[in-house]
Amino acid sequence: MTRQQVLDQYFMDARHKLIDLAAFLDRVDRSEGDADFRLAAFRTALKHLAEKKPHRAKRVLLSFSDPTTKPLAKATVKGATGAWPGMK
Amino acid sequence: MRYIEPHGHMVSRTTDDYQDMVTAGCAAVCEPAFWAGFDRSSVDGFHDYFCQLTDYEPKRAAKFGLPHFSWLCINPKESEDVTLATDVIGLIPKFLDRPNVLGIGEIGLNKNSRNEMKVLEAHVDLAARHDQLILVHTPHLEDKLKGTRLILDVLRGDKRIRPERCIIDHVEEHTIQLVLDAGFWAGMTLYPESKCSPARAVDMLDLYSHERIWMNSACDWGVSIPLAVPRTALEMKRRGWPADLIDKVIYRNPIQFLSQCPKFKLP
Repeated sequence: MTRQQVLDQYFMDARHKLIDLAAFLDRVDRSEGDADFRLAAFRTALKHLAEKKPHRAKRVLLSFSDPTTKPLAKATVKGATGAWPGMK
Repeated sequence: MRYIEPHGHMVSRTTDDYQDMVTAGCAAVCEPAFWAGFDRSSVDGFHDYFCQLTDYEPKRAAKFGLPHFSWLCINPKESEDVTLATDVIGLIPKFLDRPNVLGIGEIGLNKNSRNEMKVLEAHVDLAARHDQLILVHTPHLEDKLKGTRLILDVLRGDKRIRPERCIIDHVEEHTIQLVLDAGFWAGMTLYPESKCSPARAVDMLDLYSHERIWMNSACDWGVSIPLAVPRTALEMKRRGWPADLIDKVIYRNPIQFLSQCPKFKLP
C-alpha cells in the first residue's frame, strides 16, 4: 500500500483512537485519589508513540511486559492487569 | 471465501454462531479444551467435559454441516492444583483414540508459576508418549513475553518434540519472532479488546511471514467474535492481498498443520 492509501484507509480510525486516549488521560486527571502502577506504565508506553522508529507496537508491548525469567513460586490470581507492577 | 476456524470454544457459542460461520465459508472448526470461567471441582467434571468435546459437540456442529475437531488437556488456569491436574492428565489417554481428537491443547502457562510449569511438562510428556500434535496457549498481557520464553524453553528442552508439530498460539508483535525463529508454528488470536486486531494481524503477516502461521477467533464465553477470521480476510482484501494468498493463510495453512494428524480430514 502507498502511504496515501494507508492514510485513506486508517487515518479516521487512528484519529478516533487517539482522541479516546486523550479523553482517558483527561478522565484520569479529573479523578481523585492515588493511581496504581498501571498509569505510570501507560505514560511510559505513550512515549513510544512519538518515536520516529519502526516497531512501535512491539516496544509498547515490551514496555508493559514482565521482563523477568524465573517462574513465580505460586499463582495467587488468574487474571492479568495489563502492566507489570515491578516496572520502575 | 473458505476458511478453517482452528481455535474456537464452541461449547460456549450458540447455534446462530454455527450458522453464521458456515455461511461465511467455515470448512472446519477445532476446539481446544478450555477453562470454564470457574474452576471445576473434580476430575469427574473434566471427564464430562471431554465427553462433550469428543461426542456431543461434534454432533451439534454436524447439524450445520461443519466438521468439528477437538484438543484435550487441563487448561493452565487450572494448573495450580497439581494433584487435580495429574488426575485429569491421567484421564486423557482413553480419549485420544476418539475420531475428532487432534492432540493435546491448549496447554501452556497463565501466570508463569512453578506448578503451571510442572503441569505443562506433564502435558508435553503425554503428547510425546502418544505422538500427539500440541497446541499451546501463551499467557495474557504483561505475562505473555515471559510465558512464551518459558514455554519455548520447555518444548526445546524435550528432544522428543518436533517444533513443526507444535503451534504456539496468541502471539503478538513482541513474541511472534521468538516463536517462528524457533521453528514452531504461530497462531494469532483476533480479539476485539485484547490480543490482536485484524489490522495488527495483517501487519504481522506483512512484516514476518505467511508461512507456519494461522489466525483464529478463539471465540469463547467472553468478549470475542466468531467471524473474526473472515473479517480479517476482508482486511487483507482491502489492502490488496491476492485471493490466493488470503486462501493460503486462512485455509491452506491450518490444513497443512492440522493434517499432520491423520484424523484431520475434510469431506
